[in-house]
Amino acid sequence: MSKGLLGIKVGMTSIFDKDGNHFPCTVIEVEPNVVTQIRTKERDGYSAVQLALGNKKEKRTAKSMRGHFEAAGTTPKRHVREFPLSESELSLGDEIRLEDVFTEGEIINVSGTSKGKGFQGVVKRHKFRGVNDATHGQHNRQRAPGSIGAGSDPSRVFKGMRMAGRMGTDRVTIKNLKVMRVMSDQNAILVIGAVPGPINGLVELRKKQ
Amino acid sequence: MATDLMNLIETSQKHDKVPDFTAGDTVNVHVRVVEGEKERIQQYQGVVIAFKGSGARRTFTVRKVSNGVGVERIFPMYSPKLAMVEIVRLGNVRRSKLYYLRDLRGKASRIKERRR
Repeated sequence: MSKGLLGIKVGMTSIFDKDGNHFPCTVIEVEPNVVTQIRTKERDGYSAVQLALGNKKEKRTAKSMRGHFEAAGTTPKRHVREFPLSESELSLGDEIRLEDVFTEGEIINVSGTSKGKGFQGVVKRHKFRGVNDATHGQHNRQRAPGSIGAGSDPSRVFKGMRMAGRMGTDRVTIKNLKVMRVMSDQNAILVIGAVPGPINGLVELRKKQ
Repeated sequence: MATDLMNLIETSQKHDKVPDFTAGDTVNVHVRVVEGEKERIQQYQGVVIAFKGSGARRTFTVRKVSNGVGVERIFPMYSPKLAMVEIVRLGNVRRSKLYYLRDLRGKASRIKERRR
């Protein structure tokens, strides 16, 4: 069976367990994922399964992808990702449901694309501390980066110097999230804690290796 | 679809153990307390000074003055730990958040009773 699934983030709420403990939970909708390709040890050197989720208009699909989906015997899909495969018989066009892969109480990793933050300064982007003083001769320097290197000796700024710039829309993985509930009727899974990305964003749920 | 799902999850959390009450009412909250193996009910009586949140995440704050010290407890409205909420007295107040009670002591902190 596939060691992961694709889902769509729905939002957050909080859930009580039987003992009355309160947990913040993220709701992720995991509609049945379609197998669109199978990678095998013999042909590709590793074994994995390619899963697809979410419908897409045929005319918005590139011709090469149309053929790819047709070969799997399915309609064009929006999102396509590969997951490791533990040995089992899967064939093209199979639907993998949430309850086939995840069980309640399991610990999983969730990946997604974080929300875009735009052009941000170093305090927000790299957790610089800024100047924690408004007085003692400071003037409009409170969130400034300070020195970015020595002077005439290197005569340049080193590569990778942390500076202001575009922040967010990075691939982020949150590890060790506990599955609170698997709602197979609704194709939804609840995990404890936050998950990267906006509402309606694609998330990848992976079993812990 | 997605909103339905959220509503479904939120309604699954709700229960009808909490009656309808508003800020200013005096309530007696029965809380389940587990001590080792045994479970008992602890009562906490005071004035409701605020409601916060919506849906299944709604909470209310109960304030009382215990031995001259103000105590406030925040209860999640739909927590399974709430055994019962008794309405002791209805209060007549003109705002939804009664944080001003924190600055008042004794006679000044009384609340007018509301007629049903």
